[in-house]
Amino acid sequence: MRTSHMTRATFGATLLGSLLLATSAHAQTIAITGGTVYPVSGPKIEKGTVVIRDGKIVAVGANVAIPAGARQIDATGKWVTPGLFNASTALGLSEGNVPAQSGGYNDARAKGEKGVAASFSAWMGMNPASTFIAQTRRDGVTTAVVWPGSGLLVSGRAGVVDLAGESVAAMTVRGPVAMLAEIGGGTESRAEMQGKLRELLADAKTFALRKAAFENGATRAFVASRAELEALQPVVSGKMPLAVDADRASDIRAAMALAQEMAIKIVVVGGAEAWQVAKELAAAKVPVMVGAMNNIPTSFNTLGSRQENAAILRAAGVQVSIIGNGGGGENNFNARNIRYEAGNAVAYGMSWDEALRAITLAPAETFGVADKVGSLVAGREGNVVVWSGDPFEFASQAEHVFIRGVENTGMTREEELTARYKTKPPTYRK
Amino acid sequence: MLSPFTPHHERLSMRFRLSPLLFAFVATPVATRVAAQNAPPATATPAATTPAAPARVTTPPGAGALSIPNADPFPSTYKPFASRNTVIRNVNIYTAAGPLIRNGAILLRDGKVAEVGATVNAPSDAVVIDGTGKYVTPGIVDDHSHLGANAAPGGFARTGANELTNPVTANVWVEHSVWPQDPQFPRNLAGGVTTIQVLPGSGNLIGGRSVVLKVVPGRSVQEMKFPGAKYGLKMACGENPMRVYQARGPATRMGNIAGDRAAWINAEAYRRRWDNWLANKSGDPPQRDLGLETLAEVLRGNILVHNHCYMADEMLQMIDVAKEFGYQIRSFHHGVEAFKVADVLAKEGIGASLWADWGGGKMEMMDGIRANLAIVQAAGGKAIVHSDDPSGSQRLNQEAAKAVAAGRAAGIAVSEEDAIRWLTINPAWALGLDDKIGSLVPGKNADVVLWSGNPFSIYTKAEKVWIDGAMLFDRTDPKQQWRTDFELGFVPANMGGNK
Repeated sequence: MRTSHMTRATFGATLLGSLLLATSAHAQTIAITGGTVYPVSGPKIEKGTVVIRDGKIVAVGANVAIPAGARQIDATGKWVTPGLFNASTALGLSEGNVPAQSGGYNDARAKGEKGVAASFSAWMGMNPASTFIAQTRRDGVTTAVVWPGSGLLVSGRAGVVDLAGESVAAMTVRGPVAMLAEIGGGTESRAEMQGKLRELLADAKTFALRKAAFENGATRAFVASRAELEALQPVVSGKMPLAVDADRASDIRAAMALAQEMAIKIVVVGGAEAWQVAKELAAAKVPVMVGAMNNIPTSFNTLGSRQENAAILRAAGVQVSIIGNGGGGENNFNARNIRYEAGNAVAYGMSWDEALRAITLAPAETFGVADKVGSLVAGREGNVVVWSGDPFEFASQAEHVFIRGVENTGMTREEELTARYKTKPPTYRK
Repeated sequence: MLSPFTPHHERLSMRFRLSPLLFAFVATPVATRVAAQNAPPATATPAATTPAAPARVTTPPGAGALSIPNADPFPSTYKPFASRNTVIRNVNIYTAAGPLIRNGAILLRDGKVAEVGATVNAPSDAVVIDGTGKYVTPGIVDDHSHLGANAAPGGFARTGANELTNPVTANVWVEHSVWPQDPQFPRNLAGGVTTIQVLPGSGNLIGGRSVVLKVVPGRSVQEMKFPGAKYGLKMACGENPMRVYQARGPATRMGNIAGDRAAWINAEAYRRRWDNWLANKSGDPPQRDLGLETLAEVLRGNILVHNHCYMADEMLQMIDVAKEFGYQIRSFHHGVEAFKVADVLAKEGIGASLWADWGGGKMEMMDGIRANLAIVQAAGGKAIVHSDDPSGSQRLNQEAAKAVAAGRAAGIAVSEEDAIRWLTINPAWALGLDDKIGSLVPGKNADVVLWSGNPFSIYTKAEKVWIDGAMLFDRTDPKQQWRTDFELGFVPANMGGNK
C-alpha cells in the first residue's frame, strides 16, 4: 500500500534504493506466494510462487518449494507480473526542461554534425538520482529504453536500463541497443533525407572495409567523421537496429526498402499508419513501437492514426511494443503510465495477454535483453511487481516492486509533497 | 460532499442591478436593445437642418460605437438536432446529483431529462435501450479546451489560440479562430464530451474571450455556441507570459502582476465612463475599445475569469489582484499546486480545474501530485478535471479514475459520485451553466452518455452520446458517425477513435 510506504522510511528513495542495489550482499531470498502469476513467457499460474535469490529469479511455478529463511510475501488475491518495460523514455535526461529557464538539465539532444550524431550515447548522460526515475519505478516500471531526442537525420544511440542503481553503468542492462534515425516527415524533403541516410550507411560500410587506408589518409572524404562511422558499424553489420521514426505508411515502406537494400535491421518508432502496412511489417519481421491512445490526425503524416493500431499489428504477427506518445509527458514524468497505454490497447482490440507482453517481453526481445528482463523465468533479473489487482486498471496499485531482487522503498517526491500538505498549514519540517 | 457556494459573480453584479437602465438591458432582447440605442434621442435635431455648436454631437452613434453590457454580436444559431423520446433501462446511473442508482432507468423527452429513478414511465413512442451492465452519466464538460482554435492538423494555418502580439489581448475572441471542421471535435464527442469551453492560450497575461460550445457539427462556430452561455476571460500567470515577452516585458512575475493591474485600472475607468454614459446618454459616447469592453464586463460580473495559474503562491497573489479590482476568479486552471491552498480556494469559492497527473514539464509544474483533485475535494472545493489537450479530453473519465485512485492511495476518502461531479456539474458550474447541464435531474438538457461499463474502468468506452436528447454518437453504428469536411478523402472512414 502506498500509505505504508509513506511511513516506512524518510530516506530519499533514490539514495536508499541505490545503496541497497550497490551491493548484492543486501539482496535476500524472497518468495512471493499465492498470487496469480503472469510470467508472460507462458500462461498464467494461479496460486503461483516466484522465488528471487541474490537478485535473480530462481523459480516460478505452482508447486515451488519455499527456501528456508526466505522473506515471504503473501500475494493471495494479487497479480504478479514482470517489472514493466517502457520502451520509449528520456528518463534521467531532463528535469525542469530547459536549463536556461529553470536551472534544470536537458541532456536528450546532441548538436551533431551535418545532422548526424550517431556516436551520441544519450543514456550515458542519465542522472540516476532523477526524481522522475524514482516515481516511475515506484509504479512498477522497472526497465526502460532511454533514447536521444529526435530531430536529426541520425540522433544518437539508446540504451536499456533498469530503473535503480547509483550509476549509469550499474543501471545499464545493455547499450547501445538501437540507433535513432529520421526518414522524412519533418522539415526536410523526404527523398533528400533518404538519400543522405543511404549515403551515410554506405560510407559506414566503406569505412569498415578501408579502415587502414582511412587512418593513413588514403581514402576520399566520408560524409561523417570517424566517430560517427564507427558508431554506425553495428547498424551496417546488422547487429543493432536502426530505429526509424516514421508515421506515414509510405515512410514506413521507404524505411523497409532501405533496410532491405542496405541489409540492415530496423525498428519502426511512432508508426501511426503502421496498421496499413501490417502484413509487410510482419513478413519482414520488423518490430514496431506504437502508442494506443493516438487517434488525431495531428499532421499529414498521421492521417491514419487510430487506437486499434497495436491490435491490428499484433494480429498480423508483428512484434509490437506499446509506448506512450500522447503528449502528456509519457516519456519522462509520466513514464509510469505505460500500463494505462496497454489498458487502452485492450479497450481497442488487443488481448490482455498481448498487451502485457507489449510492455514487458516484446520490448525486451526487440532490444536484445529478453535473456535478462521482460518475463518471469528462472535466471532472469529479479524484476518483479506485485499488484493489488489488474495492473492496467486505475484502481490497482503496485504494492511491491523488486528490481534485481531488491525491493523499492522510501517515499517519492510526490509522496512527500502529498504527506506535507494533507494537513494545513504545513510545518515545513521533514 | 461539496459545500454550497454563493455564486460570486452574481453577488458582484448586484450593484449594477440597482441601476434600472442596466436591469433593462439584462431583461430586454439584444436586438431590441441595440435598436433602442440607435434611435436618436427625442430631443435631437437632425444636423442637416440646424447646424449645432461644434461641441454638440448630433449624429446618432451607430450600433458598433456602443459598448453595451451583455451584447451578443455573434449570437448562437445552434438548433437542437432531431431527437426521439428515449428510455434507457436496467442501467446504472451516476446522476451527479446523488448516489449511484443501480439498475435504474432514465427518460429523455423533448430534449430534456424527464425522469430518473428505479423505473420511469415510458411514453409509447419512446425508443427503449437496454442498458444491462452499462452506466449512464451526464455528458462530460471540459472547461479547458482549445479545439477548433488549435486544430488538427496543426501548424501555423490552424493554430489560432495564442495572439502573441501583446501581453494583454483582451480584445480577441477565440471563437473567431474556431474551425468547425476540426477533426478533433468528433473524437471529443466519442469520448462522451458534450460541452467544452474553448479558451485562448496562455502566452499572454490576458489572452481574450473564451467561448462555450456544444460538441456538434455545424457550418459555423455560431452553430456550435451554447445558447445563453456567459463568456469567459482567459488570464495567465507565471512562466508562459514571462517567456513569450522576455524581450519587451513582462519578463518577470512582478512584471506580470504589474501588467495585470495596469489593465484593470484602464478597465475600471472605461467601465465608469460607459456606465455613466449609458445612464445619461448625453453627448457623444466614449470611444469604444474591444479589450477594455471585455474587461469592463468582467468587472460588471458578466464574464467569468478563468485563470491559468500553476503555483500556490501565485494563486494567492491573483486572488488579491481580483479583490483590489472587485472581480471574482471563477476557476484556476492547471493549478498543479492547488492542493497547497485547497482551503483558501474553498473559502474564496474558486474552482480548481486540474489534470490528474501532469507535472514536471517546467519549473512551475515540478510539484504536481496525483492526489491534487482529492485534496481539493476534501477541502470542500470545486474540483474539476480538465484537459487542455485534445487527447486527454477524449478520456476525461480515465483522468478522473486516476485521481480517485491517487486520493485513496494517499488515504483520502473519495467516492465515484464525487469524481463524476469533477467531470460534469463542477465544470458546468465553472461555466455558469449548472442550471442547464451537468447533472441528470428532470428539466435539465438531455446531455447524456451511455458507457459500455463502469466509466472508471480503463476498458470502458462511451457507447452512445446524446446532446439535447439527440443521439449524436453511436459507437455501434459507424456509418452514422460524424465526419468533418477535412476527413473526407484524407482520413479513412469509420476510424480514428470512433470505433
